[in-house]
Amino acid sequence: MFRFIVRRLLQMVLAFFGTTLIVYALMFAGQGDPIQALAGERPVTAAQRAYLTEKYHLDATGVGGFFYRYFDYISNLLRGDLGESLTGRSIGDILAAAWPVTIKLALIAIAVAVVFGVTAGVLAGIRRASIFDNATLLLTLLVLGIPTIVLAPLAQYFLGVKWQLFPPTAGADPDFFALLLPGIVLGSLSLATALRLTRTSVAENLRADYVRTARSKGLPNRRVVSVHVLRNSLIPVITFLGVEVGNLMSGAIITEGVFNIPGVGFNLFRGIRTEDGPLVVGIVSVLVVVYLVSNLVVDILYAVLDPRIRYE
Amino acid sequence: MSQNAVRPTPASPTPPGGHLLEVRDLHVEFRTGEGVAKVINGVSYHLDPGETLAVLGESGSGKSVTAQAIVGILDTPPAHVSSGEIRYQGQDLLRLPEAQRRQIRGREIAMIFQDALSALNPVFPVGWQIGETLRQRLGMSRADARRRSVELMDLVQIPAAAKRLGDYPHQFSGGMRQRVMIAMALAMEPKVLIADEPTTALDVTVQAQIMDLLADLRRDLDMAMILITHDLGVVADVADRIAVMYAGRIVEHADVRSLYRAPAHPYTKGLLESIPRLDQRGGKLSTIRGLPPNLMRIPSGCPFHPRCPYVQQVCVDVVPHDLVLGDGRTSACHFAQEVRDDRAG
Repeated sequence: MFRFIVRRLLQMVLAFFGTTLIVYALMFAGQGDPIQALAGERPVTAAQRAYLTEKYHLDATGVGGFFYRYFDYISNLLRGDLGESLTGRSIGDILAAAWPVTIKLALIAIAVAVVFGVTAGVLAGIRRASIFDNATLLLTLLVLGIPTIVLAPLAQYFLGVKWQLFPPTAGADPDFFALLLPGIVLGSLSLATALRLTRTSVAENLRADYVRTARSKGLPNRRVVSVHVLRNSLIPVITFLGVEVGNLMSGAIITEGVFNIPGVGFNLFRGIRTEDGPLVVGIVSVLVVVYLVSNLVVDILYAVLDPRIRYE
Repeated sequence: MSQNAVRPTPASPTPPGGHLLEVRDLHVEFRTGEGVAKVINGVSYHLDPGETLAVLGESGSGKSVTAQAIVGILDTPPAHVSSGEIRYQGQDLLRLPEAQRRQIRGREIAMIFQDALSALNPVFPVGWQIGETLRQRLGMSRADARRRSVELMDLVQIPAAAKRLGDYPHQFSGGMRQRVMIAMALAMEPKVLIADEPTTALDVTVQAQIMDLLADLRRDLDMAMILITHDLGVVADVADRIAVMYAGRIVEHADVRSLYRAPAHPYTKGLLESIPRLDQRGGKLSTIRGLPPNLMRIPSGCPFHPRCPYVQQVCVDVVPHDLVLGDGRTSACHFAQEVRDDRAG
């Protein structure tokens, strides 16, 4: 296990440099004059141009200049300095403000998926081909079929604006209640997948030979299902949820956009729209780390849950 | 469907106290989307204390389903016990409420299964799985259950039992895994042990060890055993009586010696002749022609008639009753005596 983790950490270093390099290249490759882009419509004086050229090492040109700037950026990054956005704000501060909001939103979404998705999935798996099973199948297909870009405005319009059950937008520094509706919308997709996955897994495990063995020991049905079947059925579900937590932590561009939530996805989208290279690369670099770490955690969790899997 | 089902005929007179376990005219159907498969069609057999009954038959003959019906672990649906009795110590198990039936499972009648790798739960250590029965059913403490689990693993001759308590099923070899399975079944000292093809998934050398172990344990713990197998070679040394099943019926029932010496049903005869023998080297191995019947469309009359070398018109028209041949032998064949006396084969 220890060797597995070390190997994975080394792979993570490679993946980190690879992804940041690609994002850095893509973000700055498309630009014409970065200084003019920074200034927008306003004229740039020669003194300003000289200052910015030196600050961003724009005097070095070509591939060599690109790598010079990339390594300059990475070395700052490794010291914990994410740099400044083109608007002059510290990217570290932007993330520090945005992340708690995104994490709150992600936790609500995951809680929705776990509480409703897994529970309903277990019930549907036990009562295969029942009315409940078929109803959940229909509902999950519906949810999986509607993209968030449709679902989120619909939920906002009906539940937020028309019936006024929830605040329609979150705004700056949102509280738990303001994040509830976006959280449910965001979680509904994970909910549907978790439900299908749990249902299939439970139904499959109920037919397994070891269930027959457990019954032949004279254990009550309650125990057979809640201990033997569930312990096996939840292995793929927990793996899925682990990956999903990683995804949700990196922000939800559409949901945060629709509900006006100042989270990571919201800021990332703003960075892309305003061609704010440093902001985009800064956020993505951190997202890469979040992804890599959450995947590692899922892999380790998987080995803990299923003794047949040992990474050696 | 034939109305004249096979009449239950006790193979030997019922002892005064009754048999320990008796299956009477059991019928089980599988109701599936494609139709009703008649899996068990009037099976009757019994088991007395301390004896070993071998139930022999091809896959799909209904031997495992009968056993699962006895233990009460049939998947219902699709399985459905349509009629019959399963009497344990005089009590009809099929009429007991589930809560009472559950008490009998494991404690009175225990079962071991064919493939121990899939029959053991992959995510729990074997010690936990053996101990679970003790903790849940007998209310033992964790420490007591652990101690007893080691004893049970010693009993089935798993080396270094105490050290292996925390190992998972996949960490054991096939033979050791089957021993774990046996230890688990013995946890509550059952009076009846049903072994469903206990050696099928194992290497030949290991098969012999497991069979010897089962025979020794049966004797030492004074259990009665039902040994389900499709392998005639396995049963000869271990069983007292043999019940041969075909298409959900018992076609022949006899003590081991008479059955091997002079089979009284063409199916049994075919099975015996299809065993390779050292004294017939070079000759062509005989087989039973054809395939076991589709249980949704069981042939009329004797279900074996399409494959039978002795077939006559009566076999196609009339379902044969159990013919009593003396010495507790029965054969569900119209020509049982002729088959028995036909040594030429």
